[in-house]
Amino acid sequence: MKKLSGILISLLLLLSTQVQAKLVIEITEGVEGALPIAVVPFKWMGDAATPPPEDIGQIIAADLKRSGYFKTLDEAQMLARPSTMTEVDFRDWRALRQDNLVIGRIEPNGPGGYKLRFQLFDVYQGEQLIGYNFSTTAKDLRAIAHHIADLVYETLTGTKGAFATRIAYVVSEGSPKSPKLSLRIADSDGYNAQTIVSSTEPLMSPAWSPDGRKLAYVSFENGRPSIWIQEVFTGKREKITSFKGINGAPAFSPDGHYLAMALSKDGNPDIYIMDLARRKLRRVVRHWAIETEPSWSPDGRKLLFTSDRGGSPQIYQVSVTGGDVKRLTFENRYNARASYAPDGKSITLITRVGSQYRIGVMDLRTGSITVLTDGRLDESPSFAPNGSMIIYATRYKGKGVLAAVSTDGRVKQRLALQSGDVRDPVWSPYYK
Amino acid sequence: MKKTMFLLLTLIFSMALLSGCSSTGGPQDEEGAGTEMGGGSGTNTSAAGGGGAWTGSPLEDPNSPLYEKVVYFDFDTAEIRPEYVDTLRAHAEYLVNTPSARLVIEGHCDERGSREYNIALGERRADSVKRFLEAEGVSPVQLETVSYGEERPVDLGHNEEAWAKNRRAELVYQ
Repeated sequence: MKKLSGILISLLLLLSTQVQAKLVIEITEGVEGALPIAVVPFKWMGDAATPPPEDIGQIIAADLKRSGYFKTLDEAQMLARPSTMTEVDFRDWRALRQDNLVIGRIEPNGPGGYKLRFQLFDVYQGEQLIGYNFSTTAKDLRAIAHHIADLVYETLTGTKGAFATRIAYVVSEGSPKSPKLSLRIADSDGYNAQTIVSSTEPLMSPAWSPDGRKLAYVSFENGRPSIWIQEVFTGKREKITSFKGINGAPAFSPDGHYLAMALSKDGNPDIYIMDLARRKLRRVVRHWAIETEPSWSPDGRKLLFTSDRGGSPQIYQVSVTGGDVKRLTFENRYNARASYAPDGKSITLITRVGSQYRIGVMDLRTGSITVLTDGRLDESPSFAPNGSMIIYATRYKGKGVLAAVSTDGRVKQRLALQSGDVRDPVWSPYYK
Repeated sequence: MKKTMFLLLTLIFSMALLSGCSSTGGPQDEEGAGTEMGGGSGTNTSAAGGGGAWTGSPLEDPNSPLYEKVVYFDFDTAEIRPEYVDTLRAHAEYLVNTPSARLVIEGHCDERGSREYNIALGERRADSVKRFLEAEGVSPVQLETVSYGEERPVDLGHNEEAWAKNRRAELVYQ
């Protein structure tokens, strides 16, 4: 009972920090030859007076459209609205030149509960590709819709979907005289934004734990930087470091047992790894120059970091034991804030082109950098856990906004808040 | 007269800052304090305008080189520009002669590039000022540094003019 009330309290806390400021997503560049797909509005089988609080079909369609790889059919153009296979006449959908069709129904399942079923069809073959049933509650309806979008995406593209994930980011409101900062998390479509910390002092560099349950971040509360780790679901947090000087750039190891970071306690910023269980620190990189922004390779054996030891900031790689330091970037005079793609074959980074700061991807085999964005102050790139998109911070109409670009640079979208500057985005891993 | 006006404004401003710092109440609280301070500063003004000597802390005397507490930097560098040498020497002398004085040197950057790299660059700027002061004989015990990177801009613009104002080290006496 005590445990239950604890859960209730933390739930209430989460609810009370819900913020209305939704991120609005706008697709700015789409892909030619996107796959046409029809997502029929899910049929409500219960009392018409109490429909479910979310429009499942609309959430799925929006996810698929946002990926850039699908072109969704407008509801108004649909010739029929089937909710079972027997109601489907594939000729309708062939006439509308749709490759695929998603249908579903949702029915009440006890107080506050719902039962959902959906099916995905290949219109030309006239057959079902996948079909699933789910039981859920009102609170998790959006999550289920994102999960269905992931299943559709994976079935049709061969790549695991990343719609049922989240993003963490920092919002700055207020003015230089009275700053107001908050660290927020939201669903990957910008909904369900929650403030998990707010402060009048700088907040920066959020980093997810590999299970998506914790965030490490830097907070300047009391005027000086400290690294904190906070449980996302309970709000419980703990100060990890507050050494003299810089306490920055935290990064969880892929197994979650270690935290890499930049500390300047021994003179100038170097890369350290902390064993989180034993709170033991080990210096991995020691050099008179600036070393910061460590990022783990997916196998946990190497770190990327930014160093200006060569006269300008460039990306280096080091083994976690401290050996084999290797400079990776030679193109462009400014390269920083690098992180590995989930498959470890490429890295994303900030690269300066002329006087513009843009997001690039570097193929680790060839060493060549492809510039993906066209802003002038783009920063903080972070891969989606399936490697398909990169979220980053940019400026639009004088405001800091988030944007996402597909790894091949063909699809672009912008995520904006009505007010305030948004920055420092980081995409969550898959939830475990 | 112009100078007097300037002095008056500075006084009101710095007092307002002081009252702002200690105030724990709401906006009405601060407003009340501000009015009172404004009245107080009037007395000081006539004294200074009449050619009297500055009686407050030399750190607040607009005629003292100690009044300057911001040092600006060029892009992506922590080198102290020659025009700030005199200002920094004056602060060094003050610190040497006032062993109880404590100074926090804040390092700041413009918004371009990576936030964490800018934290490192801001620290380098603060350290550069700290080393200068130590070379002038200031005890390390009196000095502390903190870097805010690009997180605390004074100018929110996105052009060279704003960036130049944001690339700075601020001397904050405790």
